[in-house]
Amino acid sequence: MLLGPALTVSAILFALGVAGVLVRRNAIVIFMCVELMLNAVNLTFIALAQQLGVAGHVFVFFVMAVAAAEAAVGLAIILAIYRHQETVNLQDIHLLKG
Amino acid sequence: MTPTVVLFYAFAAIALLSAALCISRKSPLASALWLVVTLFALSAIYVTLDAQFIGVLQVLVYAGAIMVLFLFVIMLLNLGRGGPTDIKGPVGLGIAALLAGLMYAQLRTLPGAGPPALIRLPEGTMAALQEQQGMVQTVARPLFSDYLIPFEITSILLLAAVVGAVVLAKRKL
Repeated sequence: MLLGPALTVSAILFALGVAGVLVRRNAIVIFMCVELMLNAVNLTFIALAQQLGVAGHVFVFFVMAVAAAEAAVGLAIILAIYRHQETVNLQDIHLLKG
Repeated sequence: MTPTVVLFYAFAAIALLSAALCISRKSPLASALWLVVTLFALSAIYVTLDAQFIGVLQVLVYAGAIMVLFLFVIMLLNLGRGGPTDIKGPVGLGIAALLAGLMYAQLRTLPGAGPPALIRLPEGTMAALQEQQGMVQTVARPLFSDYLIPFEITSILLLAAVVGAVVLAKRKL
């Protein structure tokens, strides 16, 4: 019965995540916005699982595992970049710029 | 309106508000803490949607483990002090608002559509299943039978992530 509202909340959360990725320059904050988008998708899975069976819950489990792996590797990359560049501001990381 | 519906809307409002604050705060530390609030509110929303076990996992894995990792890195890099803002100027804001609006416009057609009636389970099936099998078993049974191979692949992925994180973050191996 809450399917419609839940999907709307999820759509707004995903749009907020997209806006955050586009509007920020700090690599860590951009990363947090990606987590926000993953959570919006999780909410969609949970909402639809009410009507389509328990597979949705299992997929949320997998999304959480992938998000944890992604956070560990991504933050290690940010740490490595910080060691070289002394910044996490994407504006200042322009090695590939001609 | 049943209490469940009231709680759903209350926590949905908290989640959306704190998500908006998360993307608009200048300090990465404040952003991270508002994201924690969003994750807690989402876990409460999961409970109202008959997914109690996932709600617990959300608090343990996201709010517990992943966000602590984020806060740890923010403090390790000493980014909590503020400094100049990292939010883009008016042009960047306009482009971001446009693209996010487009994304929302596409996603908002979803609630109207919904799943086709043919594959839809009757109302209350999930609640009855949890009543019968318990919260954990409803998730665990398919996880270790139908989805066993994806589950094992996930364990390999986590192993690779652990090795990769150590290789990337260590100065000298």
